[in-house]
Amino acid sequence: MTEEIKLKVENFNFYYDSFLALKNINISIYKNRVTAIIGPSGCGKSTLLRSFNRMHDLYEGTRYEGSIILYPDGINIVSRTVDPLYIRMRIGMVFQKPNPFPKSIFENVAYGLRIKGITNKTELADRVEKALKDAALWEEVKDRLNENAYSLSGGQQQRLCIARAIAPEPEILLFDEPTSALDPISTGKIEDLIVELKTKITIVIVTHNMQQAARISDYTAFMYLGELIEFDRTEKLFTNPSKKLTEDYISGRFG
Amino acid sequence: MNYKSWEKIFSILSILALLIVLLFLFSIALKLFLDGMHRIFELKFYTSFPSRFPEEAGILSALVGTLYVMAGAIFWSVVLGVPAGIYLEEFGKKGKIARLIEANISNLSAVPSIIYGLLALGIFVYRFDFGESILTAGLTLGLLMLPVIVVTTRESLRRIPRAIREGAYALGATNYELVFHHLLPYSLGGILTGVIIAISRAIGETAPLLTIGALTFIAFLPPPPWENFIEMLKSPFTVLPIQMFNWVSRPQEAFHKNAAAAGFVLLVVCLLLNSVSFYLRYKLRKKYHW
Repeated sequence: MTEEIKLKVENFNFYYDSFLALKNINISIYKNRVTAIIGPSGCGKSTLLRSFNRMHDLYEGTRYEGSIILYPDGINIVSRTVDPLYIRMRIGMVFQKPNPFPKSIFENVAYGLRIKGITNKTELADRVEKALKDAALWEEVKDRLNENAYSLSGGQQQRLCIARAIAPEPEILLFDEPTSALDPISTGKIEDLIVELKTKITIVIVTHNMQQAARISDYTAFMYLGELIEFDRTEKLFTNPSKKLTEDYISGRFG
Repeated sequence: MNYKSWEKIFSILSILALLIVLLFLFSIALKLFLDGMHRIFELKFYTSFPSRFPEEAGILSALVGTLYVMAGAIFWSVVLGVPAGIYLEEFGKKGKIARLIEANISNLSAVPSIIYGLLALGIFVYRFDFGESILTAGLTLGLLMLPVIVVTTRESLRRIPRAIREGAYALGATNYELVFHHLLPYSLGGILTGVIIAISRAIGETAPLLTIGALTFIAFLPPPPWENFIEMLKSPFTVLPIQMFNWVSRPQEAFHKNAAAAGFVLLVVCLLLNSVSFYLRYKLRKKYHW
């Protein structure tokens, strides 16, 4: 099966000041697939994910080296000449803890559209509704769109954040341990949602939960100490890993 | 003795300390009220200019002066202080220079107010030639309020979780959009509280205004700003605490009663301002909790 490449990371290094946090990463993210990045704490999986939408630019002393090419146009995401705002409009992100804005449910979802310059009321309403439906939240909130987002439960808040991220219709959606603050039922809902979303969006998810990676991803990358140890189809990586280190980690011998 | 009796003793001591503080405050207010009683309830007191006859004298020019000067002070301190706070907290590089500036801003709020008066006399009155005017007074008190506003702006920004900023940036928000769509609305309660605290401090200031040449006897009002804004800014002025100071320093007993009445008015204004800030803090905190 040939896959279409959406994102290609080549000889990528990342520094926090002089600390080399990611060492020569090479990996391809395939279009309309879920790619999971697993590894023990501090292995650099979140650092890699946050490089994809240039989140590191917000903090001092961070430096990218190498390239992350976004297809089909072939631009290098981490190039200095590329505007991070442009990248972030094309690559959305959902965070570890739900972080809705202290605004109404409607305004939360509409925000990404508003800053893109969409002001037409009917268009906004339609796209908010569509995003909430895609995030499987519409039925629960359709009668309370003007209520504050913080009146929702934690799981609902996280689905609201997903709706907020997909409303501007990004090409890639990054999930940074999106269920680590949620109960099993909310986690299940979000996992179902991710699997459904991949028909429209390319998804990269960082998780510390190997079962989760096995359940929902098509490809899995295993990272250790800032290096990419192994990248393969998920079934292959979990049943027949080619590296000893991967096998030790997935069988719970360390981590 | 076991720990429970210690706790009891400690709470009794704490309550006692609180009562003593309240007693002082209450007795000052009561004394001012009793001394100034028959002027406080007299409408003429609020509509008359100063006079050499104590029963004729009123606080009109001082009230209006306080209003204009404070409006100017609020304008300058907010226009300069809030953006400065936002820059320092959100966008400024956190290096040695930043720490030096930070320490100095905190220190500024501890500088005696007369120093601000001297600075204003040298710069605004002589160098810029603004004269002994409402403009100069507003700038001077604005300077006095500035550090408080910078510090409270930063504190209320710090209460906004980093995750909110990342959430906005992740959607492609610019710094400008982050500030105006998120940071300012969410920190408004804290900033307003800071502004009001700064106002209540500045409104009672006498020393810096005496230094820059506030008059003590003003028997006319500045032109209303909607008629001649520039003329208004250039007008000489007096304010409530200076009017009080003037009356207290007179030998006649009757003037002291006027001073007490004016003091009570000032106290009420401060109390009102503090209640507003208390209310705002409560209201806006309830709106934005994380």
